Amino acid sequence: MAKSIDVSDLNIYYGNFLAVEGVNMTIKARQVTAFIGPSGCGKSTVLRTLNRMHEVIPGARVEGKVVVDGQSLYDPTVDPVAVRRQIGMVFQRPNPFPTMSIYDNVLAGNKLNAKRMKRAEADDIVESSLKGANLWNEVKDRLDRPGMGLSGGQQQRLCIARAIAVRPQVLLMDEPCSALDPISTAAIEDLIHELKSEYTIVIVTHNMQQAARVSDETGFFNLKATGEPGHLVEFNPTKKMFSNPDNEATEAYISGRFG
Amino acid sequence: MADLDKTASLDRDLQPLTNPQLPAIGPVLAAVVAWGAAGLVALLLGWNIAGWLVLGWVAFIVVLPAWSSAVEGKRSAIDRLVTSLVWSTFVIAMLPLIAVSWTVIERGAPAFSVEFFTSDQSGVIGVGGGILHAVIGTLVITLIATLISVPVGIMAAVYLVEYGKGNRMSRILTFLVDVMTGIPSIVAGLFALALFTLLLGPLPRLAIGGSIALSVLMIPIVVRSTEEMLKLVSNELREGAYALGVPKWRTITKVVIPTALGGIVTGATLAVARVAGETAPLLLIAGTLRSVNWNPFEGGMATLPVLIFSEATKGGAKPEYVAAQLERAWGAALVLIIIVMGLNLLARVVGAYFSPKTGR
Repeated sequence: MAKSIDVSDLNIYYGNFLAVEGVNMTIKARQVTAFIGPSGCGKSTVLRTLNRMHEVIPGARVEGKVVVDGQSLYDPTVDPVAVRRQIGMVFQRPNPFPTMSIYDNVLAGNKLNAKRMKRAEADDIVESSLKGANLWNEVKDRLDRPGMGLSGGQQQRLCIARAIAVRPQVLLMDEPCSALDPISTAAIEDLIHELKSEYTIVIVTHNMQQAARVSDETGFFNLKATGEPGHLVEFNPTKKMFSNPDNEATEAYISGRFG
Repeated sequence: MADLDKTASLDRDLQPLTNPQLPAIGPVLAAVVAWGAAGLVALLLGWNIAGWLVLGWVAFIVVLPAWSSAVEGKRSAIDRLVTSLVWSTFVIAMLPLIAVSWTVIERGAPAFSVEFFTSDQSGVIGVGGGILHAVIGTLVITLIATLISVPVGIMAAVYLVEYGKGNRMSRILTFLVDVMTGIPSIVAGLFALALFTLLLGPLPRLAIGGSIALSVLMIPIVVRSTEEMLKLVSNELREGAYALGVPKWRTITKVVIPTALGGIVTGATLAVARVAGETAPLLLIAGTLRSVNWNPFEGGMATLPVLIFSEATKGGAKPEYVAAQLERAWGAALVLIIIVMGLNLLARVVGAYFSPKTGR
């Protein structure tokens, strides 16, 4: 239930503007890969190209290849909707569906696709997903209450539960903790550790300690200069990255001497 | 530099946190003084009540700020002046509303009787009969207009917000909708009249034509309000649905529209309330039938606004006929206001019912 992703010579454009240039990397299955780098260097953009979510933005297009277990994502015959069913995503700000209860939010991926299932089966999915997201104990008595009534950290875990309820192969997380307090952040980091055994996880973060804590591999993105496209500076195992990086710029960024 | 800092901090230290204030009853006292003095002047000069009220108001917005300025200082004086002006405009805005409601209730309520609501005008000359035919006509014609314009309006708004996104087609559509908003209602009636003249021959009388004329007026309102509501749905929700592998059309029908449904329903109901009182187009195409007609596809239908117009303008052989017709017109006006007000209240209730709940 987990897949690896090969990215080769990836260029991403917004209209005529080249946003990210020449990304090559291999994201391993059942590992956590973190993207770090300054704001605006294209981390989130690259993350979004991994499940074709960038196509939601008008004018966005890519050149190059993204291959998931031998299947090229940008093949003309590939259906972006099918891609997103296999590669789930959690966003920076929690976005539970406001018209739905907690129960329905977890099942949203199934219900919105009009998948028929028995009540018992649905209950199982809800319970296992909420347990998987470390939220079950907090909400098991109020599953019929609106998802918007939860706290920010709970909402974010609800969104993670919603993402894993459709059994994706890969989970993309775009700064999932940046709107959360340290306790909720710790809960989500623990969760990432647990999910690693079943999912391939890619996480964008601004928090270098977080990258060091949760990830196995790290990619450092940077801008060549202001107005130039972003690029991947270094991609290495996290341990090496934070102790003995290959690139000077990486060391400067990680140690806080940026520039 | 050090000296400067010192004087500045001394100045600051001297600034008190409390100011003298007018007593709480101050504005009332000022009002009594202002209208009292104005009353004296008006009596001396022989002015009427309106002159006294206006003079008193002018005196009030001079006296209160002046007093406040003397006691409380400049900022409070300006605050009191602006507060008085804002309250004055509020009262001015409320006056016509209250006056109209009062007049309509006073003159319309006496017309209410069982007969008024249960019979029509067929065979009635002057006194007697009711307005059932016009109530039915208004409800049927408006209902059909709603059935036509709400789906068209919502789908047009969905295209504009979800698919068009500022391309040439959607800009042309937006422009046309804006133009449609400004169409005078009589032109909408002429459109329906011309359409059915082409289909049925000269001077058609058809209730469905009235519905079509009204929907020409309703569609732009529904498009506009729905468009605004759909724009309010945050992109994060759409992306959340896409990320679950939900196709775009399901995202729109199951996530975006339900989230905006409260506002959409409110907008549609307000559009209904807006066209329920239209007279001109219905006069042209739906006519002034005097008996109950339930079939919109055959013959005209009386409606409340048209009935008000015709009853208020037609003469009679005897003075009591004219009086009865006028009373009937006022009664119909009251019924129309009650219907429109009921729709507005319904819009609020429905909007509150459908809007997303936070559960807190």
